[in-house]
Amino acid sequence: MGEYVIKLPDVGEGVAEAEVVEWNVAIGDMVKEDQTLAAVMTDKATVEIPSPVIGKVIWFGGEIGETMAVGSPLIKLEVEGEGNADKVAEEAPKAEAPAETKPEPKTEAKPEVKPESVKAAPVQATVSHSAPKVAVSTHAGPPRAAGEKPIASPAVRGRAKDNGVDLKFVRGTGPAGRITHEDLDAYLIGNAAPVAASGSGLVANTDVEEIKVIGLRRKIANKMQDTKRRIPHFAYVEEVDVDELEALRANLNKERREDQPKLTLLPFIMRALVVAMRDYPQMNARYDDENEVFYQYGGAHLGIAAQTDKGLIVPVVTHAEARDVWDCAREVKRLSDAARNGTAKREELTGSTITITSLGPIGGIVTTPVINHPEVAILGINKIAVRPVWRDGAFVPRKMMNLSGSFDHRMVDGWDAANFIQRIKSLLENPAKLFMES
Amino acid sequence: MKPITCKVLILGAGPGGYVAAIRAGQLGLDTVIVDGQAPGGTCLNVGCIPSKALIHAADEFEKAVHFAGNSPIGVSVQKPAIDITKTVDWKDGIVKRLNGGVAGLLRKNKVKLVEGWGRMSDGKTCIVKTDTGEQSVIAEHVIIATGSEAVELPFLKFNDKVISSTEALSLSDIPSDLVVVGGGYIGLELGIAMRKMGANVTVVEAMERILPQYDAELTKPVMKKLEQLGVTVLLNTKALGEDSKKTGLKIEFSDGSEDKIKADKILVTVGRRPKTEGWGLEEMDLTMDGTFVQVDDQSKTSMRNVWAIGDVTGEPMLAHRAMAQGEMVAEIIAGENRSFDKVCIPAVCFTDPEVVVVGLSPDEAKAAGYEIKTGMFPFAANGRSMTMEAEEGFVRVVARADNHLVLGIQAVGGGVSELSAGFAFALEMGARLEDIAGTIHAHPTQSEGFQEAALKALGHALHI
Repeated sequence: MGEYVIKLPDVGEGVAEAEVVEWNVAIGDMVKEDQTLAAVMTDKATVEIPSPVIGKVIWFGGEIGETMAVGSPLIKLEVEGEGNADKVAEEAPKAEAPAETKPEPKTEAKPEVKPESVKAAPVQATVSHSAPKVAVSTHAGPPRAAGEKPIASPAVRGRAKDNGVDLKFVRGTGPAGRITHEDLDAYLIGNAAPVAASGSGLVANTDVEEIKVIGLRRKIANKMQDTKRRIPHFAYVEEVDVDELEALRANLNKERREDQPKLTLLPFIMRALVVAMRDYPQMNARYDDENEVFYQYGGAHLGIAAQTDKGLIVPVVTHAEARDVWDCAREVKRLSDAARNGTAKREELTGSTITITSLGPIGGIVTTPVINHPEVAILGINKIAVRPVWRDGAFVPRKMMNLSGSFDHRMVDGWDAANFIQRIKSLLENPAKLFMES
Repeated sequence: MKPITCKVLILGAGPGGYVAAIRAGQLGLDTVIVDGQAPGGTCLNVGCIPSKALIHAADEFEKAVHFAGNSPIGVSVQKPAIDITKTVDWKDGIVKRLNGGVAGLLRKNKVKLVEGWGRMSDGKTCIVKTDTGEQSVIAEHVIIATGSEAVELPFLKFNDKVISSTEALSLSDIPSDLVVVGGGYIGLELGIAMRKMGANVTVVEAMERILPQYDAELTKPVMKKLEQLGVTVLLNTKALGEDSKKTGLKIEFSDGSEDKIKADKILVTVGRRPKTEGWGLEEMDLTMDGTFVQVDDQSKTSMRNVWAIGDVTGEPMLAHRAMAQGEMVAEIIAGENRSFDKVCIPAVCFTDPEVVVVGLSPDEAKAAGYEIKTGMFPFAANGRSMTMEAEEGFVRVVARADNHLVLGIQAVGGGVSELSAGFAFALEMGARLEDIAGTIHAHPTQSEGFQEAALKALGHALHI
């Protein structure tokens, strides 16, 4: 029998560390070749780590939520034959020039990361307060009369104390209304009727679930907090008459070819951004506030906020200035699908220079989007609604939509932001201008 | 001397104090315990333990005397004799062993024992008068466990002849005429022992019956035994003081007439009071509850991080209550969530026959508003009791009529003190009559009486 060490592989360009988001096996499990052992997450992508050998799991290098350096031992297996533990140990001292980054030793333990093995991992690990889930009896037992003392054995009383539970509120299902361990378990799980149920049948839920903030949720939380702390946001909202644009869109969709995707409003807004940013290039930028350098980009790399099961992800349509609406639509569809099923590549999720966020039909009237740091502007699209508009001496029904922009006030002045939005408005209300070069 | 600083200071090494110290030590708290006498307190030095030793000796002697006559079980002996000084030495040996045992337990749990009488100079500092000088101890938490002392009657001050239970446990001679003032459990335990060892004993009780805290049914077998033993019991009778010639005790009957009883020793056992003097209570700002230090259900006093346990905090003044409080306070100081949530504190009276009460008596249960069922089983119908010549007494179970939850259990009879464990356990576990009735109790034992009493309350006792 030998020990086989599997190290955290290099899961992507320039990635130095990854977070363990899931163990797919437990200590003592027998694993087959290619069986998934764990999922680790880098800045954007989640990668499954398969087992290269047959063996028994004997050791984990970290806990769920722990960030590990690439090359550190991730898992150890007990295998037939010699294993590689000695070899791995031997290799370590051979490394030369310790000041430099040590190249990843080419051991058999290093699994190949196949693109198809990249998939989304669960973001949340649920931790329950009471370990043993008991079958909870639906029989609640007779409620105690007011002021009557709860009956419970010393062991139950002690456990209640340890858990901060006042037994007064726990229903006893045992003989003579005795509170059993199961009753306490049920109460701790939060599944039991309180002792004095009111006539309404409504029950107070005292359950508190402890959810470790890990994985994507942790990344979102950290990023949002950092962004809001760093950037003095301001918002600007304007309404846009999209009647003509909608007519154009309907027409284009009606006459589209088989190979052309169905157009939503988004590609037109992307186009409007690209055109407007020709006059307002400071909106298409990334601000390195630590080094106080403002990078203004020639290419429009549009972040498109997408909601996935796991949380918010922002895939990037690169060089939107070089794409027509059909191409934009295709790319948005491809990227958001990839983001949703977890196959988006790291480079597809980074590098945006301005972001669009749209909630579609639930877009609300106004939003105050959070800037995708280190960008300086974000454009929120609100829902389209038919509203009466005063035109030529009469109210007419028009399809109206609001645009809610947020800007980094350190780099963008209110005047410029307002003019930028007005420019987008003008483009969208006269959609022919979207496609008139020069 | 350099002051000692510690996390927990315990004033008094009685059952409450030393248990608190052991538990605190187990929990890793830096603990100092202070006492001027050998560790173990009243209980070990001049209470529970020595009195039980004396009672055992008296019982053994009485048995022998019993055999010297025409014993029905066929044992006969020559006229037995008792050497009380030897008995007291033997008793002292047991006490000494236990003192050493407690000291060893304290050491084992890294508790520092400072020997000397301590006096609090403020809420967190204690000055201890040790053999080598004054030692101050400064603590984060203070546990007051100073205990209690025998009540002295103003008209019957303690002297060579008028003694408390402490002196009664270390007599050099058995008095030929002993008068016991106070018919509570301490007076009766010692009075019966003295009678068995040959003294003429008269019990003077101001109330209308002995052991007034128990119901009449329970005390009847004790009363009967007192008669059999030839102990004179004067009820509704007041002690007035020593007579002018100091040959005995002046008494007054309920009709106002006075008399005098001859006495070599007058044992005053009219109760115990909390020890609140001599250790610096006046330096502390503690809210009192009558003569007791007031505490809540966590044994907290009115001062932050000052705790009090045991007899100084109130009734019942029992060692096992103090122990439970001590254990609890140590755990609370260590950060655990605890409160005194016991269903019952069992009380045992080592008279002949013994009396055990746990939980509510029938009258107390009724007064608390319960509709009750009771079941009583006499030891006269218990095989084991017959074989031990201990047919007096009974077990009685009190339960709620609606759901049969057991509220109280009482017993009187030879050796019933050992049944107290099962009684208390049943109450703490929230037993119903059916639980006790459904538990096999070994045959032949007195404990069968417990099961039978529960069956009786359910209406289907088997052996009666």
